[in-house]
Amino acid sequence: MAVTDLTPATPSAPDGAAPLQLVAARKRLPRWVPWAFAVGGVLVALAVLAVLGTPTPAGTVALGAVLYAVGLTVTSRVVEGARWATDRLATTLVTFAFLLALVPLVSLLWIVVSRGAELFGATFLSTDMVGVYGDMTSGGIWHAIVGTLLITGAATLISVPIGLLTAIYLVEYGRGPLARWITFLVDVMTGIPSIVAGLFAFSLFTLIFGPAFRAGIMGAVALSLLMTPVVIRSVEEMLRLVPNELREASLALGVPKWLTIVKVVLRTSVAGIVTGVMLSIARVIGETAPLLLTVGLITQVNWDLFDGRMATLPVFAYRQYEQGGVGIDRAWAAALTLILIVMLLNLIARLVSRLFSPKTAR
Amino acid sequence: MAVTSPPSTRAGLGPEPSVPVTKGGLAGRLFAGLSTGAGILILVVLAAVAVFLVIEAWPALTASPAELQEISWFKADSLLAYIGPLVFGTLLASVLALAIAVPVAVGIALFISHYAPRRLAQGLGYLIDLLAAIPSVVYGLWGALWLLPILNPFFTWLSGTLGFVPLFEGYQAPAKNIMSASIVLAVMILPIITAVSREVFLQTPVLHEEASLALGATRWEMVRMAVLPFGRSGVISASMLGLGRALGETMAVLMVISPGFLYSLFLLRPGQQQTIAANIASKFPEASGLAVSTLIATGLALFVITFVVNMVARWIIARRKDFSGAN
Repeated sequence: MAVTDLTPATPSAPDGAAPLQLVAARKRLPRWVPWAFAVGGVLVALAVLAVLGTPTPAGTVALGAVLYAVGLTVTSRVVEGARWATDRLATTLVTFAFLLALVPLVSLLWIVVSRGAELFGATFLSTDMVGVYGDMTSGGIWHAIVGTLLITGAATLISVPIGLLTAIYLVEYGRGPLARWITFLVDVMTGIPSIVAGLFAFSLFTLIFGPAFRAGIMGAVALSLLMTPVVIRSVEEMLRLVPNELREASLALGVPKWLTIVKVVLRTSVAGIVTGVMLSIARVIGETAPLLLTVGLITQVNWDLFDGRMATLPVFAYRQYEQGGVGIDRAWAAALTLILIVMLLNLIARLVSRLFSPKTAR
Repeated sequence: MAVTSPPSTRAGLGPEPSVPVTKGGLAGRLFAGLSTGAGILILVVLAAVAVFLVIEAWPALTASPAELQEISWFKADSLLAYIGPLVFGTLLASVLALAIAVPVAVGIALFISHYAPRRLAQGLGYLIDLLAAIPSVVYGLWGALWLLPILNPFFTWLSGTLGFVPLFEGYQAPAKNIMSASIVLAVMILPIITAVSREVFLQTPVLHEEASLALGATRWEMVRMAVLPFGRSGVISASMLGLGRALGETMAVLMVISPGFLYSLFLLRPGQQQTIAANIASKFPEASGLAVSTLIATGLALFVITFVVNMVARWIIARRKDFSGAN
């Protein structure tokens, strides 16, 4: 269908060029022209803003970008014709879209690192908040690190077996409507808002233990609700990558199906599974809302997952931000710690998948 | 030795009845049962989410308005009148975020799939995926402490020049309004929309692309006539997934917006709208009794909305899978 759509565009060159002339032979702008417009645009923007008032970096870049797009498109239209001008405009806009997305990424990483580094250090990591009040700049996040690791670890212990077995069911056993429904609902489950997961865990434990019950395990249940579908999706993808020949070879040797799955399918895909699990941990370790509802916050270390509130890094960062003053510095430092943990998990995941992935092509 | 034995024995036996897969006795049945059970558990859990939320919200659903008004922050006439503005605020924030994110995400996806140099493309994709790895509370900090001061002059200018349009009327610094919250939300949903759109664009049949280029199309004409029509349903479902994310996002809104409970379209005024998720997070830790039930009732509404949005998105993707016979 795309081919038929194209036919009107080609022969009716709107700029009145001879129809027989080859596209490549048309008059084109030299390659340096866009670069010249980029530099010129920024310089003109700087000059204009300097006349109007004080130029800011953001304003200069924004105005320069507009000048670049307009200038290049108009020039291209005059020299190359309307179709090429549109093409250049599209290229410009698409590239700008990408550069625009880099603004939040770069600014976010930069501000977290620069603001977080003010308090970040060995003392900050190894002390808790007992006896810290008012404008005291002491105190740290040891209790929050312990809480985050315990709760995320418990969530992993719940989600990985369930996720792994469900993925095995979907790939190796599942046929018919049940498997189709599970696949569909796992997809839908990935979209459950984190706050609803928190409300679910709260409701579940309230119904069993009463409304005053608070424990780390509530947070772990909430996180595992968010984590399980991610684990299922990634493990499923990995299991489907295992070549069928391997399964058939094993089954043909008389190995029972369950042993084939454990010894052949899982062995082949173990690197991918570990990667997927690491990435799903990285996904939930920064969840704030469900932990805010269920686990709350305390000032000292709590090692018991089944009794009492616990501190976690995201909730700690949020509460310190709310408190203001020195709290904002602590919030940035906690955010830096959180980002470092997430990046570390991502890095390990990529390394595992690169180093241990099976060599499929011989 | 095991490798060579089966053919010889099989040959000696002649017309052996087809031996199916060895069941593996008790262990095999246990394993099959366990994995099936895990699959069924998923269904049970999903049903349990709905059931438990309804049970816990029941006191609020059946309470009279007078009882509800004893809650200190409950100012509405009825439960529905309380949930209504919250649903409105949630939808407004998410739709605004979507309106900002979709054009940019489609642009990025096109850049990575069709414009960037081949060698760089994958690395650039990882870069965008990094945005998805950043915790929401960090986005909240970034939005509240870095973005708001930057947006301030822009909003002042917008309200000054386009202030006659009611949407942009009456801006007040600091920029703790729904527009700022939507911009942060847009950044947060950018990676998922980009990732799905990129995958779809990469699936465009190469023959279609080459045919249009061979007919003399410019690169943009090729994209417009071959890539975009092919990827349209993919972009729609990607946007729905992004909408699902935006609807349920809590921290960014909570930390940026100054809440209000009105059906208001003033995008730049503080204290006009609030989203369900942020409202729950701000009130839940101090709530007790009927207040908890009321908040869970609003959570139930959010659950239903996101469930429907995600189901429609997945349904579009699934339908597309059946018809993408082009490649």
